[in-house]
Amino acid sequence: MYAWIFRHLPGPLWLRIATSVLLVFAALVLMAQFLFPWMSTFTPFTDSTIGSATQP
Amino acid sequence: MVLQEKARTGTAPGPGVVILRGTVQVLGELLITAGIVLLLFVGWQLWWTNVESDARQSAIIKEFAQDLGADAPTSSPSAPGAVNYGAPVVSAAPGHAGTIGIMYIPRFGANYTRPIVQGTTGDVLDTLGLGHYSNTAMPGAVGNFAVAGHRQTHGAVLDSIHTLVPGDKIYVQTKDGYYVYVFRNNQIVLPSRTDVLEPVPTRPGLTPTESFLTMTSCNPRFGSQERIIAYALLDSWRPASAGPPAEIAAQVAAAIGDG
Repeated sequence: MYAWIFRHLPGPLWLRIATSVLLVFAALVLMAQFLFPWMSTFTPFTDSTIGSATQP
Repeated sequence: MVLQEKARTGTAPGPGVVILRGTVQVLGELLITAGIVLLLFVGWQLWWTNVESDARQSAIIKEFAQDLGADAPTSSPSAPGAVNYGAPVVSAAPGHAGTIGIMYIPRFGANYTRPIVQGTTGDVLDTLGLGHYSNTAMPGAVGNFAVAGHRQTHGAVLDSIHTLVPGDKIYVQTKDGYYVYVFRNNQIVLPSRTDVLEPVPTRPGLTPTESFLTMTSCNPRFGSQERIIAYALLDSWRPASAGPPAEIAAQVAAAIGDG
């Protein structure tokens, strides 16, 4: 799958490597911004309040 | 992978085998990706959230220091005697996510300075610092000034809560002055025990005559089956113009600079 994506990137080899690095970085940013905060709602680390966790 | 396939072209595989091989390869790559994502999540949760929250909280303390203005003394001009400054000034509660002040707990380290922010929702506790239960008293008021903080991740503001020893001082600085609380005891309770937030903690219905500070956090560390509660009592108060208590003068100077 990743080999297929790499083969279909445009440009010479150096450009394809640069594009791959950029894509990986973009994936990391997206995960840290959206995926991980959502996943963290399922972990027990952040329940430090008494009573309902979503107190006003 | 590609080279191996080329090497085997002597015996051309049927179209079914090619599709199967491709499917298995994509599936394998997706599973490896999922594993890497989970490892990255662990790193993000246990390390990066602390980096992010620490930076944000330092920025809040800087903003708070700027709001104090340049005239706030950071050293005590008078001798640290038992001067009685009268009844503590109680400021009005700020709006949600507004900064109430800074907490200094020398037991947690000489550099322990964390902002106290109004509200106990995720947006406050996850990034801004200690969250004040908005339905409880403000610092210095007769009643219960209750705050929550994370034991782990997102700054881990109350990670060392179990190390407090009776008699330890907990300092709260607001724009009005310094409130010195003395740690009394801690208690481990179930998460449903909202009576720890009562004006007299765990004694609903009683009219308070003293000023309490109650801190709540997760227990055990890395878990949430219980809550650890730390109770402290107001010992003394001094207005901002009198400067910080001598014991934390260096910490205050480091945290809020010279105005």
